[in-house]
Amino acid sequence: MGSRASTLLREEEIEEIKKETGFSHSQITRLYSRFTSLDKGENGALREDQVNFRGFMRTLAHFRPVEDNEKNKNVSNTEPLNSRTNKLHFAFQLYDLDRDDKISRDELLQVLRMMVGVNISDEQLGSIADRTIQEADANGDGCISFTEFMKVLEKVDVEQKMSIRFLH
Amino acid sequence: MDLSSRRGLDFFIFCVFLSLFYGSRAEVPSKPTAGVTILPPIKPDSGPQPYPDDEKSNLPVFTMNYPRIQIPFEITLWMLLASFAKIGFHVYHKITVWVPESCLLVSIGLIVGAIMHSVHEKPPAVLSSNVFFLYMLPPIVLDSGYFMPTRPFFENVGTVLWFAVVGTLWNSIGIGMSLFAICQIEAFGVQDINLQENLLFATIVSAVDPVAVLSVFEDVNVNEQLYIVVFGECLFNDAVTVVLYSMFSFVAEMPVVEPVDVFLGVARFFVVGLGGMGFGVLFGFVAAFTTRFTSKVREIEPLFIFMYSYLAYLVAELFAISSIMAIVCCTLTMKYYVEENVSQRSCTTIRHVVKMLGAISETLIFFFLGVVTITTDHEWNWGYILFTLLFAFIWRGLGVLVLTQIINPFRTIPFNIKDQFGMAYGGLRGAISFALAFTLPDNITRKHLFVTATIVIILFTVFLQGISIRPLIEFINVRRTNRDNDTINVEIHSRLMEHTMAGIEDICGQWSHYYWKDKFMKFNNRILRKILLRDNRAESSIVALYKKLELQNALEILDTVSGDISAAPSLISLQEEKKNSTKPKKKFSASDLKNMHDILSKNMYKIRERTVAFTSKHALPNDNQRREILIRRHSSVRRSLRPGSFQTRMVPKSQKYFSLPPGESLNSRFPPTRRSFADDQETMSEVAYPARRSRFGKRSSSGAMMPLHRLDTLKEVSSVDVLNESERGSTGQDSQPRPQRFRRHLSAHDDNGSADNVRTAQDEVEEEEEDRPQASPSPAWAAEPRNDTPRNPLLRRPQWNDKK
Repeated sequence: MGSRASTLLREEEIEEIKKETGFSHSQITRLYSRFTSLDKGENGALREDQVNFRGFMRTLAHFRPVEDNEKNKNVSNTEPLNSRTNKLHFAFQLYDLDRDDKISRDELLQVLRMMVGVNISDEQLGSIADRTIQEADANGDGCISFTEFMKVLEKVDVEQKMSIRFLH
Repeated sequence: MDLSSRRGLDFFIFCVFLSLFYGSRAEVPSKPTAGVTILPPIKPDSGPQPYPDDEKSNLPVFTMNYPRIQIPFEITLWMLLASFAKIGFHVYHKITVWVPESCLLVSIGLIVGAIMHSVHEKPPAVLSSNVFFLYMLPPIVLDSGYFMPTRPFFENVGTVLWFAVVGTLWNSIGIGMSLFAICQIEAFGVQDINLQENLLFATIVSAVDPVAVLSVFEDVNVNEQLYIVVFGECLFNDAVTVVLYSMFSFVAEMPVVEPVDVFLGVARFFVVGLGGMGFGVLFGFVAAFTTRFTSKVREIEPLFIFMYSYLAYLVAELFAISSIMAIVCCTLTMKYYVEENVSQRSCTTIRHVVKMLGAISETLIFFFLGVVTITTDHEWNWGYILFTLLFAFIWRGLGVLVLTQIINPFRTIPFNIKDQFGMAYGGLRGAISFALAFTLPDNITRKHLFVTATIVIILFTVFLQGISIRPLIEFINVRRTNRDNDTINVEIHSRLMEHTMAGIEDICGQWSHYYWKDKFMKFNNRILRKILLRDNRAESSIVALYKKLELQNALEILDTVSGDISAAPSLISLQEEKKNSTKPKKKFSASDLKNMHDILSKNMYKIRERTVAFTSKHALPNDNQRREILIRRHSSVRRSLRPGSFQTRMVPKSQKYFSLPPGESLNSRFPPTRRSFADDQETMSEVAYPARRSRFGKRSSSGAMMPLHRLDTLKEVSSVDVLNESERGSTGQDSQPRPQRFRRHLSAHDDNGSADNVRTAQDEVEEEEEDRPQASPSPAWAAEPRNDTPRNPLLRRPQWNDKK
């Protein structure tokens, strides 16, 4: 697996991924072998979703721990993928299915239903969703925008919650 | 509640009695009397007389028998005095901002001690080791353990143990060695203290005290990581302290130390530490098991908690293993299960009593610290004491620095310099050191010196560090935290993030604590809950939090309203103001108190009857049936809620656990079943679910898939054919189009305001969804046999447990 992985992943690619995501060389290699082990069909992509390795790494890059010296390295471009805002944006996208940059009550309900579905009625779930929106919604449009989402979670240690120590 | 505190008092009295008469371990110089004996014991006239029936003695109308009540009386007076002091502090607000309460209590104690000393009274033998360790310390530790935030604790358990064990060792040995070096210097005149005694003293002095630390850190609101690590360290360094103390005191009496003893010391450490934890966990489980059966004896439910914790403590003391760890582990284990088993009132009672006992003990400890300071025999030695202070600081600072450097790479969030400063500076010593100092064996010649030095250190740290820590931390701007994150939002989003993390970790194939947490939750759900819980039906914490918040809201309104109901800002009116979707508005239409009561109870109730609607796979969802159930509420509903009457399959074990190990297919995990719908106005949202369910089932179980998929197929949103997507394989890529469909559907519902069928031609979805009560299973469902609803057990609704 290791040798096959390295032949399929070219050096330039590794460099690109490194620059884009901030992972180290060994991490990328390791994750690539993991990717290939998940990729049963050997398509170069996971299942039929056409998620290629780049997408895979891009997603995973969100979960790198935030480092203090990150700011020094990445002065030129936009924020690194694992910044707090981007992590929050990732979480936001888990809710926001139609990508309108708002979490509507229904989207919230769907996610809630998944998370809480053991013993709760829809009515209660609806109340919970209403309360959630009520707590977060600052401008009264009945939806949670990304800014409101960020504000609600401003006291939560997102950097820690959404970080994995990637092994080298 | 009264029972347990009275019992505590009785034990207290009894022990003081004992300490009067034994005094074997009571090294406190205040040996004899247990208190102020200003009045000489007055023998009443009706006592036994040598000449009975003297004709002079009439029936005494008013007698006084002080000695009889002396001990409980004095105890109560002391407690009252300390509590008055506490009340007094809060009269003037500004004081408590700047000076932590512990300092104030110690000062008051000093004053009282001075008074007592001047009238040549001896203070009560409260800080003798027995009384302290058996009666005053357990409530505090119980308090700390019971209210310890378990989630951050377990996330940081490695760091905590690292600091507790290695840090304490480092401190003790470092201080001991350097003091020994100091002793060699002739100028200080302490050459007779040998190495063992120095080490023993160092052990006493290096024990960071939970009481002192917590009382200071609570006010400062440092970030959670820091708090948890310091907190945990305090609680767990007891194991090390116990071992070192017994080892060194044993060794101090011996002229020669052998290497065997060192090995034995290490072995003993493991015995002490693991034994403490083991006993604690054992008692915790027994307590949880007991509360399973206490539904008929609700009044004494809180008693079990206290008795079991105390028993854990005592048994640990019996075997001379770490009793603090035992009690902490006991509460940690017990709390989760007990709070589900006992009634709401018992739960409240337990919490309040734990807090009360902890507060009382803490108050008394600090108070007596002040008192006894004045009244003990001191021996002063400038050099030794000052160097002790110095070394205590230095070694703690060094220790924190070095240890943090070593452990930072293993932490997700490393400690920065400011955190480290907070940790080092927050190492306050307190009463435990003091009590340990008093229990030093008498054959140590310099015992009084040690006691004095300990007192100095304690006072120094409590006063100086305690007072200055808040401005310092604010000054250097340590990352703060806001504890009031009890919003639903945070709970939900945090949970979402955790699920995501578990999924991502599965993808990466590497494990961190989320993996273990999920494993434990699985084990928990499968085995432990069945045994230990009376009603083994999971209630999600989000629901619990929501209920709690709603209750709080209702109670607040009850409190503020005094007759003018409509003027109260109610949850309902808040909802109305917010212009939410129409559905909830209808629910919360009334705004007066009675309706709110009704709504709350109705909501709570409806949960129960809601689950009734979940019929078997082949039964048609029958709305009438459900409404009937609504009508015939009480007994029959409970009957019909018995487990097994409505469940078609066994609920798969992992109900909250999403990630799929690589290689397994979705369908093996979640056998497809059909779900019935109940549709009412309120269930409009539910009706829309079926369309999503397949996606959700897949989404939840293939947590790995979801985020990956999202990012790349952004463009697929609008154009997918409905039919096509219903025939696609179990891959879940129809996630994007579904929302469109769903949204349309939902808006249709919204317009009508009812869940009755709104069949628009374009919405094939509606055929799938049984928006009409008696809709038959649609062909669309059948069309996706493999695909349909990999039945996420989350979406099923087993019976609600009518707990309260």
